[in-house]
Amino acid sequence: MYTQSFSVPDNAGQKSARTPSTENPELMAAFDARIDADGRIEPQDWMPEAYRKTLVRQISQHAHSEIVGMLPEGNWISRAPSLKRKAILIAKVQDEGGHGLYLYSAAETLGTSRDQMLEGLHSGKAKYSSIFNYPTLNWADVGVIGWLVDGAAIMNQIPLCRCSYGPYARAMVRVCKEESFHQRQGYEALLVMMQGTEAQRAMVQDAVNRLWWKCLAMFGPPDADSPNSAQGMRWGIKRISNDELRQKFIDATVPQAKVLGVTLPDPDLKWNEERQHHDYGQIDWQEFWNTVEGNGPCNKERLATRVKAHNDGQWVRDAALAYTRKQQQRAQKEAA
Amino acid sequence: MSAIQPSVAQDRSKQASAPVGGSAPNAVGSVGAPIDYLLHLADNAVVLGQRNAEWCGHGPILEEDIAMGNVSLDYIGQARLLYQLAATRLGGDVTEDKLAYFRDDTQFRNYTLLELPHNGPLVGYAVSNRDYATTITRNFLYGALMVLVWEALEKSPDADLAAIAAKSLKEARYHLHHAADWLVRFGDGTDESHQRAQAALDHLFAYTEEFWTPSAAEEAAVASGAGVDVRSLRAAWDGIVNDTLTEATLVRPEVRGYVTEGKHGRHSEHLSYLLGEMQGLARAHPGATW
Ligand SMILES: [Fe+2]
Ligand SMILES: [Fe+2]
Repeated sequence: MYTQSFSVPDNAGQKSARTPSTENPELMAAFDARIDADGRIEPQDWMPEAYRKTLVRQISQHAHSEIVGMLPEGNWISRAPSLKRKAILIAKVQDEGGHGLYLYSAAETLGTSRDQMLEGLHSGKAKYSSIFNYPTLNWADVGVIGWLVDGAAIMNQIPLCRCSYGPYARAMVRVCKEESFHQRQGYEALLVMMQGTEAQRAMVQDAVNRLWWKCLAMFGPPDADSPNSAQGMRWGIKRISNDELRQKFIDATVPQAKVLGVTLPDPDLKWNEERQHHDYGQIDWQEFWNTVEGNGPCNKERLATRVKAHNDGQWVRDAALAYTRKQQQRAQKEAA
Repeated sequence: MSAIQPSVAQDRSKQASAPVGGSAPNAVGSVGAPIDYLLHLADNAVVLGQRNAEWCGHGPILEEDIAMGNVSLDYIGQARLLYQLAATRLGGDVTEDKLAYFRDDTQFRNYTLLELPHNGPLVGYAVSNRDYATTITRNFLYGALMVLVWEALEKSPDADLAAIAAKSLKEARYHLHHAADWLVRFGDGTDESHQRAQAALDHLFAYTEEFWTPSAAEEAAVASGAGVDVRSLRAAWDGIVNDTLTEATLVRPEVRGYVTEGKHGRHSEHLSYLLGEMQGLARAHPGATW
């Protein structure tokens, strides 16, 4: 899964960090030249503080999204209606955990520990993708999340495979492969349901109705309202604008919905011959910002569940540490 | 909804002694394990897979979330292979999902140990926090058994079962390794982790007595030559368990009194809740394909 956070500051409303003028001009010039030449920045390379901060924020938000994103789908593991689907779902949720792991590791190369990042998530300071703050209410949500949410993630992340920061770009290559597998699996599950009973088809349509607009919002605010985008583009952290990605996603999804036999819940959605794109209706940005700011339908449950898992697991982590220390002491004694 | 009766399964297994289909059909005169034996193995796997998957998204550390997901996935995979084999041998319109989703709790043949929630001794409708020490201790006690069971079944003359055993053995070794590793960390970690691991052991150990009294299905499997006599595995199991407990500085509890009977179809209060959750959606749409 992924995050729309590329243009969402952790403290929504605050001004984004600007490149401070105190950076060493020679180093700065070399960095800019590398970026202009489409070169990669690696962990040991010099980079401006603002670049580092922006990346830590973006990658950690992305990691948090993977981890929080395990919960809405995890909600259906115990009730999956066939063993095959249960196995696919466990594997998928597990993949998302793996994505979280690579991303935390990528962010750690920038000098921020996983504990620090988790502290940001648990205290509510760091954001994660707002799509995970909506409930999964029927089994088809699992398929629709795969098809649309992982689908939107791919649109957003493919350009990130060329991101200027090496570790992030490499993590994205691996993540994108798995996300496109998830998308195909989700779509396939929906195809089977749509060929099934009336009740199954109704589940799919219900899930699409609830999730469609939320998926469009995943690409972030319109370009006109995205103050971070320009700097992100300059730095090669963001490659394609929110609106462009959203349009690409809609254009790709409409024919898939047709094959599936579901209706996308937007009366204004239609092909525009002149633009060679689909026109679409108004996204409810008020609702989006409400959710980003913590007041969506499931924000509190999602966050409290992550915090509880972390706190409940404290003794397990402590035990592992204590055991390792004891082992080291024993080894030292033997060596002495 | 037509639940599949074990007695029916038993009768059909006789007709199906020369199974059709499958990747390695048995040669004339070779043995097929009794259906109820396959179901016992499959039910064990599906019930523990279902339980372990409850940790998904709630693990104590991200790496463990992923590791426990793996364990769970292995168990669901084993269950599928075993149910598929049983379904093929039963023939007709029996499928793996009919066996997993449309049999009632009294028809399930899993060990009671595997259906318990991840906490100490509590009644069926009690609600409690999950305790990772309980999860790990159970995975250890059962993992130690299954390494031995699959080692034996890998040599079963039932070629289909032997193939499943060979695959499952690799997984079981990993499960045992994973659980034993953590059990040692808990036992020899902090005071709290030691106390939790000992409490889990005290709670769960009595359930392992069920391993050692063969059920009718196990006896039939032994008689057919396809199964393993669980009693012959006890000394080896004791060895694995005692060695690990010593390393973990944990005390093996004394066991006396009631021996659970899940594998005979007489379960604890917990299984019907587990199956109610697992089977509910499938049963609400009988005949649907997913
Ligand atoms: Fe995904
Ligand atoms: Fe992901």
